[in-house]
Amino acid sequence: MPGQNNQQTAKKQGEHRDMAEVSARASNRSVLAQELSTIGVLIRRDLTRFVRERSRIVGALVQPLIFWLVIGSGMSSTFRLPGADSVDYMEYFFPGVVVMVVLFTAIFTTMSVIEDRHSGFLQAVLVAPGSRASVVLGKCLGAATIALVQGSLFLLLSPLAGFELTAIAWPTVFAGLCVTCLALCVLGFGVAWWLDSTAGYHVVMSLVLLPLWILSGAMFPGDAGVLAWIQRLNPMSYAVSLVRRGIYGQALPEGVVLMSGSAALELAVLVAFLSICLAWSVGLCYRRR
Amino acid sequence: MSVVDTMGGPAIAAPTVGSAAPLLAVNGLRHAFSGRSVLADLSFQVERGELFGLLGPNGCGKSTTLRVLTGLLVPDGGELVFDGQAVEPGARPLRQRMGVVFQAPSLDPRLTARENLKLSASLYGIVGTEADRRVAEVLGLADLSQRATDPTGELSGGMKRRLELARALMHDPELLIMDEPTTGLDESAFRKTWERILELRRTRRLTVLFSTHRAEEAQLCDRVAIVDRGAIIAEGDPEALRQRVSGDILTLEASEPEQLAAQIEQRFSLAARVLKGAVVIEREQGHELIPRLVEALPTGRIKSLSMHRPTLADVFVKLTGRSLGDAGPEQPADGEEAGGAPGHG
Repeated sequence: MPGQNNQQTAKKQGEHRDMAEVSARASNRSVLAQELSTIGVLIRRDLTRFVRERSRIVGALVQPLIFWLVIGSGMSSTFRLPGADSVDYMEYFFPGVVVMVVLFTAIFTTMSVIEDRHSGFLQAVLVAPGSRASVVLGKCLGAATIALVQGSLFLLLSPLAGFELTAIAWPTVFAGLCVTCLALCVLGFGVAWWLDSTAGYHVVMSLVLLPLWILSGAMFPGDAGVLAWIQRLNPMSYAVSLVRRGIYGQALPEGVVLMSGSAALELAVLVAFLSICLAWSVGLCYRRR
Repeated sequence: MSVVDTMGGPAIAAPTVGSAAPLLAVNGLRHAFSGRSVLADLSFQVERGELFGLLGPNGCGKSTTLRVLTGLLVPDGGELVFDGQAVEPGARPLRQRMGVVFQAPSLDPRLTARENLKLSASLYGIVGTEADRRVAEVLGLADLSQRATDPTGELSGGMKRRLELARALMHDPELLIMDEPTTGLDESAFRKTWERILELRRTRRLTVLFSTHRAEEAQLCDRVAIVDRGAIIAEGDPEALRQRVSGDILTLEASEPEQLAAQIEQRFSLAARVLKGAVVIEREQGHELIPRLVEALPTGRIKSLSMHRPTLADVFVKLTGRSLGDAGPEQPADGEEAGGAPGHG
């Protein structure tokens, strides 16, 4: 970086005042570069670690696959979707499992924030010149990338559920997954930062996020009453619904997605959810205790 | 008031470093954790090129001070002046120009030494070939070029420490801040670490500020500030501070130290205090007292008796009436410690 070179030459000459000015100007110029570099390196770190832990990749795919096969085949004999008899349960459940893959990966990956804080790694990141917002973004983009990769790998199994890869509306699926991954990671980051304990993090995640997933329409539709309301207020429903729309593509049957929605509306809700999570997490991160 | 008695002993000449304003001034730092005061109007200044130590027991506020300086904690009150300009704690220019070595490890154990250093370079905005050059340089500095591709988790304690130091110097900072830099290191790793730091100080224009609870570590400084209960209670050249303790330090181990201390006070009209289960006496010409003590006290009362020249730990005892705490090597068996440390500096 040219600014830094100048800075050094000045230092060697011992021109303190000049150096302060040079470095002030250089730092103004390089603030953006600095932030991007911080974000980039945190993403790279998570990806490097991810690639090194093959068992994690496999585990995060095999577990949902078994879950899908076991629950799916058990339920398929009794499950009848109102108004859409042709929809088989394995097929109905599949997009929900894709979201589950994303959810579990996001939870698992952002949990490392707690480890990073306790191990001292995060301290070194926080005393570096990058802003805390960049730390949140870097960590969450890294985790979200991993979640997206895992979700996409699972999507490749969609022919097993009777979907054709060529019939899937990929842009819709990816738009939905990208926003969902990022939102869940940002939320996970905030919870991890806030609780600062692995046990607490697990409790919150299994008492809040898992039920939200179950009630999102991933496992069964919420067609009336309280369930329908819960579903409408539940951000996860919009993720499941949007991914399901994408996976079905043109061949979307009646009654499998949120009733009054459209892909655009669902994406908008997810973006709004992401923004709220982001504001909360970044805000938390700036509180220096 | 906190800044009591700043320089008591003989006049202390500031080290011959830059003539300009101090690189860092900390003025009136105050902080409380849920009502409990940890920093009570703490102030000090670090001159350019200086090796400055904060010496105090665990929980005295020195780590909190460093947390404020590195921007990890916003204090309730106080002011920081860096390079002549008032700055907020953790202001970007400050973070850019300082390197930090934490007490706890801060490396990612799953990444290799080189990856950790490259990561750190990126955090300071150093990328591309410049980053490669710096990484190679600091790896050499840390004597770890051969271990560059080993996961950090597999390195020894001393190696990790050197890597931490290398990481902190990645961006060529002007100010190096270290929190208890040698915690957990054995004697030889301790010596090597400090040789390295002192060498770096000579070769780069580096100002070093560190905290410690080890007297022999504080002894290496140009200036030491003794911290107790969130304030500086004495400050100056380590030699000058040591001269506040007038004589030699006699340490008597006994099964009933309180009783023994009372007895000694009575018979010899000396001040004897009990610290960590031993009787401690400060006395000029201490060697003359030893035979008298041994003769005067009934056999078996004293388990062991040792004498050493005063260390900064003894200064702390004199100032506060308490011991520096769990500082391990504070009670040398043969009194050679006093002479050992200055050899480094």
